[in-house]
Amino acid sequence: MDQPTNPKPAALAGVRICDFCGQLAGAGATKWLAAFGAEVIRIEDPVRQGRWDILRGVGPYVDERRGIEFGGGFNNHNVEKLGITLNLRTERGKELLTELIRQSDCVTENFAAGVLERLGFGYARLKEIRPDIIYVSNCGFGQVGPYAAFKTWGPIVQAVSGLTFASGLPDQPPAGWGYSYMDHTGGYYMAMAILLALIHRKRTGEGQWVDLACTEAALTLHGPALLDWTVNGRPARREGQPHSNRNQWPAMAPHGIYPCAGDDEWVAIACRDDDDWRRLAPVIAAPWTDDPAWATLDARLAGQDALDERVSAWTRGRDKFAVQKHLREAGVPCSAVQKPGERIDHDPDTEGLWPTVTHSAMGEVRVDGTPARFSATPWRMTRGAPCLGEHNEDVFGRLLGLSPGDVAALREEGVI
Amino acid sequence: MSALAGFRVIELANERIAFAGKLLADMGADVILVEPPGGDPARAYPPFLDDVPGPERSLWWWHYHTSKRGVVLDLDRAEDRARFAALAASADVLLESEPAGRLARLGLDHDDLRKLRPELVFVSMTPFGRGSANAQTPVTDLTILAGAGPAWSCGYDDHSLPPVRGGGNQGYHTACHFAAMSALTALFWRLSSGEGQFIDVSMHAASNVTTEAASYSWLVAQQTVQRQTGRHAAIVQTQETQMLCQDGRWVNTGVPPRSPADYAALLAWLRELKLDADFPELVFLEMGAALEKPITYDRIGVDPEATAIFAAGREALALIAANVSAHDFFIRCQRRGVAVGAIYSPEEAFEDEHFRARGFQTRVTHDDLRRSFRYPGAPYKMSATPWAISRRAPKLGEHDQEVFGE
Repeated sequence: MDQPTNPKPAALAGVRICDFCGQLAGAGATKWLAAFGAEVIRIEDPVRQGRWDILRGVGPYVDERRGIEFGGGFNNHNVEKLGITLNLRTERGKELLTELIRQSDCVTENFAAGVLERLGFGYARLKEIRPDIIYVSNCGFGQVGPYAAFKTWGPIVQAVSGLTFASGLPDQPPAGWGYSYMDHTGGYYMAMAILLALIHRKRTGEGQWVDLACTEAALTLHGPALLDWTVNGRPARREGQPHSNRNQWPAMAPHGIYPCAGDDEWVAIACRDDDDWRRLAPVIAAPWTDDPAWATLDARLAGQDALDERVSAWTRGRDKFAVQKHLREAGVPCSAVQKPGERIDHDPDTEGLWPTVTHSAMGEVRVDGTPARFSATPWRMTRGAPCLGEHNEDVFGRLLGLSPGDVAALREEGVI
Repeated sequence: MSALAGFRVIELANERIAFAGKLLADMGADVILVEPPGGDPARAYPPFLDDVPGPERSLWWWHYHTSKRGVVLDLDRAEDRARFAALAASADVLLESEPAGRLARLGLDHDDLRKLRPELVFVSMTPFGRGSANAQTPVTDLTILAGAGPAWSCGYDDHSLPPVRGGGNQGYHTACHFAAMSALTALFWRLSSGEGQFIDVSMHAASNVTTEAASYSWLVAQQTVQRQTGRHAAIVQTQETQMLCQDGRWVNTGVPPRSPADYAALLAWLRELKLDADFPELVFLEMGAALEKPITYDRIGVDPEATAIFAAGREALALIAANVSAHDFFIRCQRRGVAVGAIYSPEEAFEDEHFRARGFQTRVTHDDLRRSFRYPGAPYKMSATPWAISRRAPKLGEHDQEVFGE
């Protein structure tokens, strides 16, 4: 995760992405590609000031400044990308896009279904422009199917795909995910799809279209539960479920998140088997832990509510990191529920994970890095997200041969 | 043709990394799963076919090992270590999540294997990354998601209830997504450079960078998000977004309506359900429908009229929800352009007409049982190189002869 000090090659050098992605579900995908050296050219609408991506102007903010150049989430998801503007309502804007596509390996977008087609750049047209183009579209329900026109964002995708349902405690409403897990994960699937298509094209010369539906990608994340349904006919919607702080496959006990000393402090403990229980019991060292009634998994599962109460009584007055230390030393899986500041600034296992990038307006800002260290082709994040149209002169000059005067004229004419 | 046809992947069986192998196998890679004698412990994971345990009956196993071949090697024996080395020398990718130090002790770590196969992409996916002081620390999906941030953001408004670990092994999945993205990135580079490399994926780091605003609110502004029922953890408390429907099921209403068209649609729907007479805020909905442009967030709570209209929109949704099923609420809101979602259980989603129409359900033949079963299908629809399950999960040692006879 460390930023390299000596230059090493970039894995995706020479790959050019004509990128309409925004928010996180799309931008997260091209962030990965950009970190490995792909030239990601993010295209935004000058008329709407790029506000199709709602993250452009919303917090968190580094200071009191506000507006489209100061969105902290936008910066986080768009590091290392180039930014240009194109008004696709104009014929000249469409001509410039056509030329850019001709010089690109991939066109990527996460508009609502059919938007790019209506702008005149559906897959058929993209293929005319460049026969081996890779086109990856990413939307909630995909480009085809009865719900193709339905609108989504992360929480809706998670609701409809079973992820929200599968997160919660008994006798409570769904807890769901306290963030757009499927925007992150939809982005990961989009990155995989782009890479798969790039590999295929490099080996065969053939391009393709990938229709990615975030809801469908999400549905693949429930495998055993779905097979329990299709093979055994057992639904996940049943008495006592979900109880997602417990573990079904395999069953474990104790297994949960327990209260600790302090305000909203918690610790997670998982006894994978009877050996883990034999390691945990002497740490708790209460009279009840000696009771052979708890010695077997079946017995602990049968009395899990009572067991959880006893474990909670033990953890309640203790510091969460002290519990973590003692149980880890004993060999029992255990982790404090870490707050953002704890895991980002005080956890040796995330050192190097939060690179500082330089944003032209915001200055130096830390961002999410990448959890994979590559020995030969490390990722790099040093440049912040582009300001609106920040690379117009560079991209239109270098790729399309336009002079600074031409670019200025385009700006005057409302084309960029 | 398959995107990864002709690439060979060796996967050292471990529950943590199984999904990464599946992601590559279902795209056409020849994934050879290496198990110890007696089989990987995950063969004993429920649920089981007909609820009868057995090493070939685990549905967990069936799901995570589709499209792979399986061999048995006892890496504690020199003869089998030599076989493993020979296998790795024929491979393009190696996936491992072994206990820290084990492969080095066996003489099968990256330093050993790259001498045999410089082109090998060696993906190590471990709980805290290679070289961590916690390398020997045992983990589960629960402890990963607790330490890495996701659990802090999930749960309920009531903070006397614990934070919640989202279901479905998502901590493992997230790490596997990064392992697969890494393998593909390195393979692409290898196509031009001819060189392999070593990739060190940390599961803890993977979930740390998969928490959306929880991380960047701290990174950018040193702010700490707080968990809320069924919606985004946030710095300030926001309004509830889940509503209970007539059938006892929940829906997520997302962002409440703000546009004149939305208000007009709600008004029409209330009238159709003959609920308009019971709705005291009807006049505000009518005002909303007559607006010239959508209400902007900055006016809510400031401008009394905008605030009342916005609140009436929420109330109208709640009243409608209480009078229709979750499915009807979802479909009819969306048909009116209002973005909401039914909170489906996984099987309800799987059986939904949209995913059926897209061909998501995939039939896999179990020749040994003379039966076939429906499996979850493609995460993406690729026009030239479609995703496919090429075979059911391997039985223990099923391909020993085939692989070692090659």
